[in-house]
Amino acid sequence: VITYLNIIIAGLLTGAVYGLMALGLSIIFGVIRVVNFAHGEMMVVAMYAVVVLNQHLGLDPLLLVPVAAALLFLFGYALQRGLINRFISRPDHEQFILLLSIAILLTSSTLMAFGPDARNVQVDYAYESYEVAGLLFDKVRVLAALGAIAGVCALTVFFRFTRTGKAIRACADNQVGAQVVGLDVKRLYAITFGLGAACVGAAGALLLLLVDVEPYIAANYTLLGFIIVILGGLGSMPGALIGGLLVGVSEALSGFLIMPSLKSMFSFGLLILVLLMRPQGLMGRRA
Amino acid sequence: MSAAVAERLPGTAQSGLSSRQMTAAALLLALAVAAPFFADAYLLSVLIVILFAAYFGSAWNIMMGFAGQLSIGHALYVGLGAYCSAALFAKYDISPWLGMLVGTAFAGVVGGLIASLSFRFRVGGVYFALLTIAFNEFTRILFDHFGYVGGSSGLFLHVANRPGDDVLNLRGSPQMFYYLLLAFTLMIVLIGRAILRRRLGYYWLAIREDEEAACASGIDLFRYKLAAVVLSAALTAIGGTLVAFYDNNLYPDTVFATSRSVEIMIAPIVGGLGTLIGPLVGAAILTSLGEAMTALSSSFAIPGLKQWFYGAVLLAIVTLKPSGLWPFIRDALRLDGSRR
Repeated sequence: VITYLNIIIAGLLTGAVYGLMALGLSIIFGVIRVVNFAHGEMMVVAMYAVVVLNQHLGLDPLLLVPVAAALLFLFGYALQRGLINRFISRPDHEQFILLLSIAILLTSSTLMAFGPDARNVQVDYAYESYEVAGLLFDKVRVLAALGAIAGVCALTVFFRFTRTGKAIRACADNQVGAQVVGLDVKRLYAITFGLGAACVGAAGALLLLLVDVEPYIAANYTLLGFIIVILGGLGSMPGALIGGLLVGVSEALSGFLIMPSLKSMFSFGLLILVLLMRPQGLMGRRA
Repeated sequence: MSAAVAERLPGTAQSGLSSRQMTAAALLLALAVAAPFFADAYLLSVLIVILFAAYFGSAWNIMMGFAGQLSIGHALYVGLGAYCSAALFAKYDISPWLGMLVGTAFAGVVGGLIASLSFRFRVGGVYFALLTIAFNEFTRILFDHFGYVGGSSGLFLHVANRPGDDVLNLRGSPQMFYYLLLAFTLMIVLIGRAILRRRLGYYWLAIREDEEAACASGIDLFRYKLAAVVLSAALTAIGGTLVAFYDNNLYPDTVFATSRSVEIMIAPIVGGLGTLIGPLVGAAILTSLGEAMTALSSSFAIPGLKQWFYGAVLLAIVTLKPSGLWPFIRDALRLDGSRR
């Protein structure tokens, strides 16, 4: 039983980071109604930025989380301003090709800059763990999960209490109405995409404590993000977090109980069921 | 009867081609038939890649370009067609043509199941597209663990050293595959052309343009969307059989790869979604571009440069010519005939 509990705990802690990553995807879709098919690719870019800064400045990846978030915010803001805003009212498949080409550009750029080999960061507390009531908590996972939860809290506060946050929610509810009352929708969209990108940037920095990075894993993370947000409900903020925890646990358990290579089949099976039974997701509202 | 009605509708496709169009089509076909006599092995392999892309793009185009249902999981049907015929041939020595029929029927049924589940539960738009990815990935991992057909270590077809081409068993030279592909591509274009001028085609276009309006004017959405998915899936599986016997080896991670699904949809989008010739134009342009990039970037020896150029060109096309290149080329060559 203890082994199972330990696996579930590890899954939950990893899942919190997944949740933060998926939250970015969910915010972007919820407000702008664009599916970010370059989400995993953006995360990989953030991860490489952290690797480089860690190697050259010797900074702890945890300290680099805000840096990664800020970098990705700027990237996302510029991307939305420069390109995606023009595609807002275009059909789905054109948006798909646009984001696909951005994804290809990002992956090939990281490949050109860093080569195909896996990279990681070394921290001296990598193998430390806490023991509470006979249960094991890996230190890196606890730190990563805490960071992710802090990120989610910060975003919730932003959307609840700041003027800009409220304005963005107004855009999500009714784009035309928001324009009528004089909100600068394009700027708000750019901020939203920036925030979504910042989420995935922070998540990438945190995830680097747990996994290696290589250019070609990007697409897997994009798919993982989709699974999570659809489980939780596209556009729902608590849904993304719950979906992340769910996928974290199901990956950890199915990897342990059945076969590691089958773990993503389990996730996709879950995704198909949820899409068919409850397409708005576990926490989503009917559109 | 419906065709007769269609022809009387204003602004719709004419029954015949204009003489300009006839000349262009005849020239192109003559060039395509003659090509293997002049092409070396490399050029022939590129032409085969173009024809594969054109064929799959046209099959995908039926579902998305005609009926407006976005699928990002068409590798699923390629894989089902490939595995059905290859497994039957490798295990029981059953002719690939029979295997092709089985694979086509099977892919049609799977497509029909996926579509009827989705449409019954009213999964549409982005959600439907994501669902197609999910089914594609699910099946890929399933086949990775499906020991009967080799699992992740692959399924191989024995290469027979018989003299000449054995069309009955699809064992033969690249030339044979080239002509087969050419015939099938021609067939799919003609099928598309025939459908677009019948009732079914008009229903699809109506659904594509506005589902609610189509429903309000009495079109059975479920039935006709289902028909589009089944036909597209079945035709894609035919190409899957050719992939299997041309490559001689099948790995779930390449046959069912989501990257293959994406490649399938790029050609028709770049060429011109919903047009008959668009997928062919897109396939020719993108494949030649890819080959040129390979040649160019190998002289620099930087990994990733090829993909980078590819991404940049794609970005340029989608921002500058979002409706595809074929309408543009058609107008430039004045090939729009008497239409419009």
